[in-house]
Amino acid sequence: MRVGIVGVGVVPFRTVTPEYSWKEIMYEAAQRAYADAGVDPRADVGSFVTCAEDYWEGFGIFDEFTPDQLGAVLRPACTVTGDGIHGLAQAMMQIQAGLADVVVVEAHSKVSDLLTYAGVVHHAFDPIWNKPLGGHPYYVAGLEMDAYLRASRVGEKACAAVVAKNRQNALTNPRAAHGSKVTPEDVLASPPISAPLKDLDVAPLADTSIVLVLAAESRARKLAANPVWIRGVGWSSDSPWLETRSWTTAAYAAMAGKMAYAQAKIRNPAKEVEVAEIDDKFSYKEPQHLEALGLSKKGSTANAISRGDFDIGAKLPVNPSGGSIGCGNVIEASGLHRVAEVVLQLRGEAGQNQVDHPRTGLAASWRGIPTATGAVAVLGVGR
Amino acid sequence: MTAKEVRWPGKELTAKEFYNKVTVTRYRPEAKFAWSAGEAMSRFLAELQRGRLIARSCSSCKRVLFPPRMFCEECFRPTDAWVYVRDTGTIETYSISYIDLDAKRIETPVYVGVVSVDGASPKMGIMHYFGEVAPETIRIGLRVKAEWKPAHEREGSVLDIRYWRPLRRGE
Repeated sequence: MRVGIVGVGVVPFRTVTPEYSWKEIMYEAAQRAYADAGVDPRADVGSFVTCAEDYWEGFGIFDEFTPDQLGAVLRPACTVTGDGIHGLAQAMMQIQAGLADVVVVEAHSKVSDLLTYAGVVHHAFDPIWNKPLGGHPYYVAGLEMDAYLRASRVGEKACAAVVAKNRQNALTNPRAAHGSKVTPEDVLASPPISAPLKDLDVAPLADTSIVLVLAAESRARKLAANPVWIRGVGWSSDSPWLETRSWTTAAYAAMAGKMAYAQAKIRNPAKEVEVAEIDDKFSYKEPQHLEALGLSKKGSTANAISRGDFDIGAKLPVNPSGGSIGCGNVIEASGLHRVAEVVLQLRGEAGQNQVDHPRTGLAASWRGIPTATGAVAVLGVGR
Repeated sequence: MTAKEVRWPGKELTAKEFYNKVTVTRYRPEAKFAWSAGEAMSRFLAELQRGRLIARSCSSCKRVLFPPRMFCEECFRPTDAWVYVRDTGTIETYSISYIDLDAKRIETPVYVGVVSVDGASPKMGIMHYFGEVAPETIRIGLRVKAEWKPAHEREGSVLDIRYWRPLRRGE
């Protein structure tokens, strides 16, 4: 049975959201999604899935605090401690299992409430093996960028071009918080964070909440003129040992992609995918993920970037939304945000950033430093 | 424990032995937060500082929601208006607590419970301390009033109310 996305609610990204509590920002996204889908959460929704991590929120058992603002009081509700696409997969399976006809997925970032972002990231390190080293955890991204650049023919210049493209795309995306005119030279000249990683290679943080409404095929057809179908989902985790995992290839993304492509019956992703929203929490992650997902041939990615092959208007636009670099890093909501952006593209509702009539789109997430976990969703319109 | 097993096998470790003989690693995470109170609770805290309790009403289910919230969780719609409620109420439930956070015995017990606040809808109350009560005098249904801190000591916290105490004659 196919599962369709029939409602999208995105709160425009901002660097801080002092006037809203995390409950109020979730309510804002939920209202938008339910209005878009034309559903009443108190009557029409069978189950609710949220994606959250207690350390990002700052208090325990966050899942207990979710029902009110989603319209989920005394309804089946659960929280997935993972990226938004993990939650999307959970919601899809609940529908396919026949547990519910309509399921809501939510993920958010109220990371501006967190005063010690680096401290919480560092807390994710192995307590015996890596934690004692201390330091700002972004050195892991520096290490990975160095390994990837050495192994691929992608250089710092190509990474800088990715930043320029994504910041530029974000300028015309009303949901983005960090759009700006940045040249590759600006990126190369920005101060080093952990060489070769530089300041502008890093996606700045943002707040948002994203809500999607999913429905079983027959219900989706009644609710939406043109539902966006989830053609495949996949997720995967590499070993947590920083010293052992694959540094040069995003092996988790390759595995997650393989799983999703198999369900979607996609044999040649580079030819079949027409719009891609791919994790770019650091600039080098975009080319690394593109190669892992089979969307760019290893060895030719740097040339493709310099030719503008991934720009809006080219054959495979990548991160037309502006990605995390242009919109903002919204931690566990990143994956669901990308799904939302692909849905808008497939519906033809992406405004100035609209890609020319895409029918197949891909969203790929990564849970950030120090994880080696990613999830992929293949979406499509039509038959 | 079973009928056959009357004590755990092996030797119990004391806390001292545990930290000396078992290899552990310690770490204190840098995890500091400052939560935006949001639209509803910001007003609530500001009113507390003025010695007043405020709620929001929902014109659909006709409830007065306390503490205030910008959306009604039953009707799933925005709430409609600010409404002051009174600083008097009725004890819904209470417990007399004889242990602290470490589960150590405390000499003077702490009275905790929920007050349903006058002017708010049923099941809209505040969990707080009770004062000027004794095990023999506290009871469910007892009418109580907020004992506020002096105005200059209030800082926009639920602790601006010291405790809830029995209504006095004439109140």
